[in-house]
Amino acid sequence: MTEVSSADWRPNADLTAIRARAELYARIRAFFSESGVLEVETPILSRAAVTDPALASLSTQVDIAGFGPKRPLYLQTSPEFAMKRLLAAGIGPIYQICKVFRDEERGRRHHPEFSLLEWYRPGWDYGRLMDEVGALVRLALNRPTMPIERLTYRDLFRDGLGLDPWHTEVDQLRRTAERAGLRGLDGLDLDRDGWLDLLLTQCLESRLGRGRLTFLCDYPPSQAALSRVRTSGEVPVAERFELYIDGIELANGFGELVDAREQRARFQGDLAFRREQGRPEPPIDESLLDALEHGIPDCAGVALGLDRLLMIATGVEHIDAVLTFAIERA
Amino acid sequence: MAFYSTNEFKGGLKIMLDGDPYSIVENEFVKPGKGQAFNRVRIRNLKTGRVIEKTFKSGDTVEAADVHDTDMQYLYNDGEEWHFMHQESFEQMTATAAAVGEAAKWIKENDICKVTLWNGAPLSVEPPNFVVLKITETDPGVRGDTSGGGGKPATLETGAVVRVPLFVQTDELIKVDTRTGEYVSRVKE
Repeated sequence: MTEVSSADWRPNADLTAIRARAELYARIRAFFSESGVLEVETPILSRAAVTDPALASLSTQVDIAGFGPKRPLYLQTSPEFAMKRLLAAGIGPIYQICKVFRDEERGRRHHPEFSLLEWYRPGWDYGRLMDEVGALVRLALNRPTMPIERLTYRDLFRDGLGLDPWHTEVDQLRRTAERAGLRGLDGLDLDRDGWLDLLLTQCLESRLGRGRLTFLCDYPPSQAALSRVRTSGEVPVAERFELYIDGIELANGFGELVDAREQRARFQGDLAFRREQGRPEPPIDESLLDALEHGIPDCAGVALGLDRLLMIATGVEHIDAVLTFAIERA
Repeated sequence: MAFYSTNEFKGGLKIMLDGDPYSIVENEFVKPGKGQAFNRVRIRNLKTGRVIEKTFKSGDTVEAADVHDTDMQYLYNDGEEWHFMHQESFEQMTATAAAVGEAAKWIKENDICKVTLWNGAPLSVEPPNFVVLKITETDPGVRGDTSGGGGKPATLETGAVVRVPLFVQTDELIKVDTRTGEYVSRVKE
């Protein structure tokens, strides 16, 4: 983070990185134009917010006639809900490049305001979408032969730590973390998914995507977020994937949940968890639920962090190096 | 009692852990896109100097340590404790040998030191960056050698031993950098 000084009018990114962003966006737009995916724009502000306990929304207020007493409007953490309403309206395949906002997130790879590329493919499953993500990223990085691999979440934990993430208890996960050399864990109170997150980010992530694109897929159902859960195999799995390059998590995709009732139950589960934790309980997006009720096509969708993609393309370690003005200078 | 949230973590922040005061050396924010956020920190125990790692769940709070630095004048050592005086309030405080630590090698009466206070009591003492001390003992150097290649050990009035050039003699005053423990120059009285 930067000290306040008279040089603060200057951009954080050097001019090369600013030009690289323009070039990256041009490539992305050409890619989708060729494959017949429509660019759309949806509101940044919404009357409802994401309920995911891992995300904190920023909010503001407007003072306009006919809008009633001042109510909070939430800044989107992703354009997912609005884009799904467009899918329900029958728009077909769509993409969007937009700014999203997540409070409480600041670090080497995190900035509270960042740029997302999000797209949806009606009629596709998440496997086919992974192929398309791979093709787009190869093009964006100008590395047409970069190897691509898929790895399931279960195999990663089995091979890397010798445990089954579906069937390992919390105290065993804690011991695994200690054995793996993580120190200062005493007093850390986490649930099973919390320990899995710690092990993934601290012990496993750095090996993913070394000189290649690694798609980590098929997550535990408790980490499904907005993906559908497949129950046909040995264990139920969430049809969710994440893309890693050089240990950096770059994209998150789903075989999308399209069932209105199941979606409402997950929203309510999130809110109950938030209540327990004493965290804010924002209003559920009833318009999304109405759209799901009306019916949206089976589809796969993905969100890709453009700032991180630029970090990889330009070979920098800190997100500030690809931002014109980081929040401390905004 | 004051508390800090992990959102306030940054280098230099003073926190309490298991009854000891610590200073944050490094703070890394780690978060999977759809999961639990963590703050992985390296912290220095201000009593022992030892650096350890600690993992916090983001959003957790930790007790603030009442630690701050103040300039104080070193008065004297009574054989057990070291006496300092605040420059403005003239308030006097005593520091243990453990708190004075390495600074004991360098300071003499009337030197201004940076004293770190924890709950109002001296926790550690930092000597001035440069001190001027008299040599009490060193071997006579070879006459005519002014380059000082290699040098020789010299014992100072505080008991510290530093390497000095061969031309520097007993009873001379020298300037020493306390951060490196190295000779800087001769000082004319």
